[in-house]
Amino acid sequence: MKHLLSTADLTKAQAIELLDIAEDMAEVRTREVKKLPTLRGRTVVNLFFEDSTRTRTSFEAAAKRLSADVINFSAKGSSVSKGESLKDTAQTLEAIGADLVVVRHSASGAPQVLAQSGWIHSGVVNAGDGTHEHPTQALLDAFTIRRRIHGSSSRGADLQGLTVLIVGDIVHSRVARSNLWLLTTLGAHVTFAAPATLVPLAIDRWPVDVVHDFDEALAVKPDVVMMLRIQTERMRNAFFPTEREYARLWGLDQDRYRGLKPEALIMHPGPMNRGLEISSEAADSAQATVLEQVANGVSVRMAVLYALSALPDADILGRPE
Amino acid sequence: MDAVLMQAADIDRALTRIAFEIIEGNKGPEGLVLLGIPTRGTPLAARIAAKISAASGGVPVFAGSLDITMYRDDIARNPLRVTRPTDVPSTGIDGTTVVLVDDVLFSGRSIRAALDALSDVGRPTAVRLAVLVDRGHREFPIRADYVGKNIPSARQERVSVDLAEVDGTDRVVIG
Amino acid sequence: MTSYLIREATIGAGDRADIHVSGGVIAEVGVGLSANGATVIDADGLVALPGLVDLHTHLRQPGYEASETVLSGSQAAAAGGFTAVHAMANTFPVADSAGVVDEIYHLGRSAGYVEVRPVGAVTAGLEGTRLAELGAMARSEAAVRVFSDDGKCVSDPLIMRRALEYVRGFDGVIAQHAQDPRLTEGAQANEGAVASELGLTGWPSVAEEAIIARDILLAEHVGSRLHICHLSTAGSVELVRWAKKRGIRVTAEATPHHLLLTDENLRSYDARFKVNPPLRTSEDVQAVREGVADGTIDIIATDHAPHPIESKDCEWAAAAFGMVGLESALSVVQESLVNTGMIDWDDVARILSVTPASIGRVAGQGHSLATGAPGNITLIDPAAASVFTTDRLAGKSGNSPYIGLTLPGRVEWTFFRGRATVSSGTLVPVDEVAA
Repeated sequence: MKHLLSTADLTKAQAIELLDIAEDMAEVRTREVKKLPTLRGRTVVNLFFEDSTRTRTSFEAAAKRLSADVINFSAKGSSVSKGESLKDTAQTLEAIGADLVVVRHSASGAPQVLAQSGWIHSGVVNAGDGTHEHPTQALLDAFTIRRRIHGSSSRGADLQGLTVLIVGDIVHSRVARSNLWLLTTLGAHVTFAAPATLVPLAIDRWPVDVVHDFDEALAVKPDVVMMLRIQTERMRNAFFPTEREYARLWGLDQDRYRGLKPEALIMHPGPMNRGLEISSEAADSAQATVLEQVANGVSVRMAVLYALSALPDADILGRPE
Repeated sequence: MDAVLMQAADIDRALTRIAFEIIEGNKGPEGLVLLGIPTRGTPLAARIAAKISAASGGVPVFAGSLDITMYRDDIARNPLRVTRPTDVPSTGIDGTTVVLVDDVLFSGRSIRAALDALSDVGRPTAVRLAVLVDRGHREFPIRADYVGKNIPSARQERVSVDLAEVDGTDRVVIG
Repeated sequence: MTSYLIREATIGAGDRADIHVSGGVIAEVGVGLSANGATVIDADGLVALPGLVDLHTHLRQPGYEASETVLSGSQAAAAGGFTAVHAMANTFPVADSAGVVDEIYHLGRSAGYVEVRPVGAVTAGLEGTRLAELGAMARSEAAVRVFSDDGKCVSDPLIMRRALEYVRGFDGVIAQHAQDPRLTEGAQANEGAVASELGLTGWPSVAEEAIIARDILLAEHVGSRLHICHLSTAGSVELVRWAKKRGIRVTAEATPHHLLLTDENLRSYDARFKVNPPLRTSEDVQAVREGVADGTIDIIATDHAPHPIESKDCEWAAAAFGMVGLESALSVVQESLVNTGMIDWDDVARILSVTPASIGRVAGQGHSLATGAPGNITLIDPAAASVFTTDRLAGKSGNSPYIGLTLPGRVEWTFFRGRATVSSGTLVPVDEVAA
């Protein structure tokens, strides 16, 4: 595996192996010395064309805990035209000697273009591209779910039979897409709940049920409820009428929260709009995994950086001799 | 042509001898922590620990594992290894005598990685090394404290240890 | 001027004949003609078509000469078997005045490879708010008959209505780029399964169809000629079919790429496949092919849109819309329509020469190959099949989506007014053409 561009590219075995490696990375965090020497002498570049302090910090922590050198390259606000800057910036990084490039870009497909272009030879990790995918977010979500469900026997386990409800702005969400592919690969059943304006068109071939009524979707008592962040500027293009209506129809408010089964997980990729898509009671409850997701993000990203560094030329991860 | 150098009974005898040598060297079973190096070091550590315990009137002896994948110095040259769990006592290893257990001692690189990994986990009083097979060709100044069997081999030969827990049968093969 | 005797060519879908080209015209068509000192071309196995006419070409001059010039675009056209092109108005300055269209017309004449017919802008500066000086352009030396804001839609219904009415006075036609601007804000790819998966903002079919429906009704209301540029959806084909049945004076074009490529090509995020209107689904491609076969779609036009490397060598959202198409058009038409048995070579002559010349009111083009017709002839080898490479591109830009694809057919000879512009598969150098 040389690049991680989309969770749709991962087989079940690969996904489970990555999650298993992440388990071991998580274990390292409990030690006195939280650093591993594995990527000593390697250079990981965080190439962020779009602001995201959370994701960048998480990748930076992951790289540093593997002893890699980290270069943060923020290309936002660059005066050159957008097209030139992706190519020129990539070639600059190649000249600096990047071994792995972690790319965040507002344009869907930019990491794939970078990986295919021949401008650089290093591996590419998609850290979120436009409204396409955010594979490491999905991996950390799957990791979080698996740990909550299977506890210490997580290693090797999948998510067979689990029901996951993803709620909100699906059409603009790279998190929803990456999660759908990955969670389905791992055996879970995914349902989207959103107003029709916020669901992509022509997705009848996707392995997902779509419901346009949050309460109807909750009535089947899903194992996991994943709330997506709603951006209020979507109102301008008439995706929904008002914040008040959105919160009333699509927010995980007190009543809906209390109606969940007690062991149901409440997830959110962050940052949350409290009082809009999620109530504080739900967000701060023991069922919420928001902070675990952040912590697990580092472990999962360590696993990804390790996997891409250690075996760039093979299609699948290898079992040890 | 593969030749079987140790059968199940040979392996069991060797491990029993190692267990007694460890008790002797440690002057009893107290403070011992056996950490196997995955994959096959882990069941070997468990077997030796059980033998030590049995020989010492049932005193529990901790047997766990120490994954060295992330400490290898050859990640770009060898196929990716999936990490394995590291399992150490919840109270840590500080002040204990750690016996590292591996199936085959060859170049010594694995043991070097294990010593690095161990120093990130804690600070034992002493570290010992037990191996089922020592086949020579060291590349580091490392030697084993307890050896089941010395097997002189050519560098290009393959010495492989099969264990019931992993491979379904116990034997050591050279080929 | 050299005279030529083309021996044993197959005339369209018909019989074999010899064609004697002399003095800029077809001097004689017959069997067993004698050479009489003419250069003899063995056309055994070659198909002869009237020189191709493109109603939709971006030559980029003035203003964007890094992408293409009138000369380089003319060379690309000749290499593709064309003898006339219509140069779209979205240049800098915009071709919205008699001065600019005349400049382009003269550049075309001095290049000498093809007849360059400037298209005039419908609205001043392509801004969609007030009419350009349509009458002045019609009365200029360039004698503009086709008007288009192509690249932008004339979205204001009142402006569109007035334009349709106004050009009727000089037998002009409005060529509409049908794209509702509000429904396509930020649009990047055909709205559907692929765009949803790739996370690209959708470009709905209805954004094209709503404008076509409106303009058909406007054309009916004012009784004017309407031409639909690069129609791309199954729904658009239905609308035009309905309009023609009602007797409305509407003509429509489809591009070669909408006959062959689909939005599935976007999965690579390779910006060479980024085009306006976007590549649609295979169902749309099939409907467009059928529309051409049954005459609903009158012509094929290339929408040849050259762009410099940096406009395509980038992430999808930043890339420019458009692909070059002059050099590949005939091969793609053969692949998608002729080799599938949907049309024959007479139909090719109709959709790539006769009808486009007629819509554009180009007098010296689109004549059938008969004695006395202008010497505009394309000879192609339909049996040749090869991997399409940049060697086939004669223009300045390389943004062809077909690079690496195996396509049938190859232009062996192009004659423009009796002079060879392509000779034995090779573009004739500029000094020989202009001589």
